[in-house]
Amino acid sequence: MQPITRIHSRTAVLSDENIDTDRIIPARFLTTTTREGLGRLCFHDWRYLPEGGDNPAFPLNKPEAKGCAIVVAGRNFGCGSSREHAPWALLDFGLRAVLCSEIADIFRNNALKNGLLAIVIDEAEHRWLLEHPGIELAIDVAGQYVELPDGGRIGFRLEPFARHCLLHGVDQLGFLRQHEDAIAAFEARFERAA
Amino acid sequence: MSGPRTLFDKLWDAHLVAPESADTPAILYIDLHLVHEVTSPQAFDELRARGLSVRRPERTLATLDHSTPTLPPGPDGERPYASAEAKAQVAQLEANCRAFGIELHGWDSAERGIVHVIGPELGATQPGMTIVCGDSHTSTHGAFGALAFGIGTTEVGHVLATQCLLQRKPRTLAIHVDGALPPGVGAKDLILHIIGRIGVDGGTGHVIEYRGAAIEALSMEERMTVCNMSIEAGARAGLIAPDETTFAWLKGRPRAPQGAAWERAVARWRALRADEGARYDREVRIDAREVRPTVTYGTHPGMAIAIDAPVPAARNLPERRALDYMKSEAGKPMQGTPVDVVFVGSCTNSRLPDLREAAAVLRGRRVAEGVRMLVVPGSEAVRRAAEAEGLHEVFRAAGAEWRVPGCSMCIAMNGDLAQPGQLVVSTSNRNFEGRQGKGARTVLASPATAAASAVAGRIADPREFLAEAAA
Ligand code: SF4
Repeated sequence: MQPITRIHSRTAVLSDENIDTDRIIPARFLTTTTREGLGRLCFHDWRYLPEGGDNPAFPLNKPEAKGCAIVVAGRNFGCGSSREHAPWALLDFGLRAVLCSEIADIFRNNALKNGLLAIVIDEAEHRWLLEHPGIELAIDVAGQYVELPDGGRIGFRLEPFARHCLLHGVDQLGFLRQHEDAIAAFEARFERAA
Repeated sequence: MSGPRTLFDKLWDAHLVAPESADTPAILYIDLHLVHEVTSPQAFDELRARGLSVRRPERTLATLDHSTPTLPPGPDGERPYASAEAKAQVAQLEANCRAFGIELHGWDSAERGIVHVIGPELGATQPGMTIVCGDSHTSTHGAFGALAFGIGTTEVGHVLATQCLLQRKPRTLAIHVDGALPPGVGAKDLILHIIGRIGVDGGTGHVIEYRGAAIEALSMEERMTVCNMSIEAGARAGLIAPDETTFAWLKGRPRAPQGAAWERAVARWRALRADEGARYDREVRIDAREVRPTVTYGTHPGMAIAIDAPVPAARNLPERRALDYMKSEAGKPMQGTPVDVVFVGSCTNSRLPDLREAAAVLRGRRVAEGVRMLVVPGSEAVRRAAEAEGLHEVFRAAGAEWRVPGCSMCIAMNGDLAQPGQLVVSTSNRNFEGRQGKGARTVLASPATAAASAVAGRIADPREFLAEAAA
């Protein structure tokens, strides 16, 4: 994973609450065996009309949302299925960050492991961002704040290890494998106990 | 540190390869890793790219369930896959299991089935274990007093390669269920009622421990139904302390310990309960006596109410949208809503007692004109047992389709799906928009309610049918 320190973008807003991973990528596309190329399927049944063509009611289809890499989403984004295809699809679609007052556990975990900033902010600030789409934000991973156009800041907290991995592009599997001795010792202890 | 501990604390502490610190998460050892075709191919590719092997193939168990057809092979011997990709995905898991030495319950296995059905059936799921799978309903296995949760594909790779995960310790939520469930009301009604109470994010960041008299009275299958849907309240996992019911259910299963090892294991498992005075981060109390047959009326499992209670008015735009999508009318109960499709199956409700519950309503009756009903057993073992009792004949005589095991219409990625606008009464766990087919409308319910609705052609209270049967 490439290190990620700072992201700049205008925001787009998906105000629905409880946007589940089936909505982010419908299950019928999960027969893929790769991680690539899922962006065109992202939000498929919301984004396209049943008869084909873009759905003008889908917020990210609006002209002002084009090119936005930061989405402010309604509470409890990413609930439901554990499919990592959801963050893969969002990233391939061009998103880099999701700001929300609450993000489902498995999704948040999957997102951060893939370099998609899944960031939880306070409710009041979340509400304000939902009501003000299209503003320029900078997200600073090291400083753990979102910078507003007027220089104001919204603080957030990332799990320290996730933050460290983002900033340094740490390979988590590599990190785990460095603990081989501890794992082997645990197994030896454990199997004796059984 | 050595004060009274919750069941979760005990499971967590027993699996720490390295404790967490301010800078790093804990390294948690995983006893059992369940694998299926949808969330694993990219993880095996990662292992290959790094030249790694599977650290403990004997702690890894694979099955085919999500992309698999539920109709038997045609005259040409070909299985009717929904697409070439689905077929290729299955072939890829078969190849990966061969290459990495993993036991696969594939097409030739008499034990194949939905991953969360076969783990317990084989006795692979045991109290005190840590169990993971690239699947959010791994929470099912918590019914045995195992810490079981869903992970993403990257983490599937971590477990394959190291048998470990990097984890922060979640918080704990105790749900006490007092009293007894009324007649005709089951585990599915209870869990829908609970999610309706605490909300789809009521358990986020937490592991739930279900406790109390009503929980202890549940059979293992019912406990699995409850724990299965913990994730629908946003929880990482659900747990029920193992007891005599658990031990009796597991005894003699192929992967369960045998002989003296069994006695030793049971002695260990008896300690797996919360200590007196153990503290939880949050506690909720539910009165089982208040639970009625419960169904959903919206587009997430938290939008659940008693079958005869009026649908609440939308309080905001998303709720408005949900009611519109479902064509649910505020102020009117769900009971009486016309039904197009009924699905009995999924890892929530596809075990033998679930099928018996549906069959009890269907016996001697017929599925209403114009209603399509699918019954999909959770595993080959369930299918055999159901057929031995003649349940398949009851379903067929009623006009329902009796299928081959798999996830089927729970996730609708194998070709079993509803058409846009159709209303499905489903025993599965998710009523998200489009989950059972683009534009399909899902009402979650118990097997009894599903069967009653199939017969009535409208959402129906099973107690009416069961009373008749008893009379
Ligand atoms: S039955 Fe449904 S919820 Fe269960 S594993 Fe299959 S797709 Fe997932």
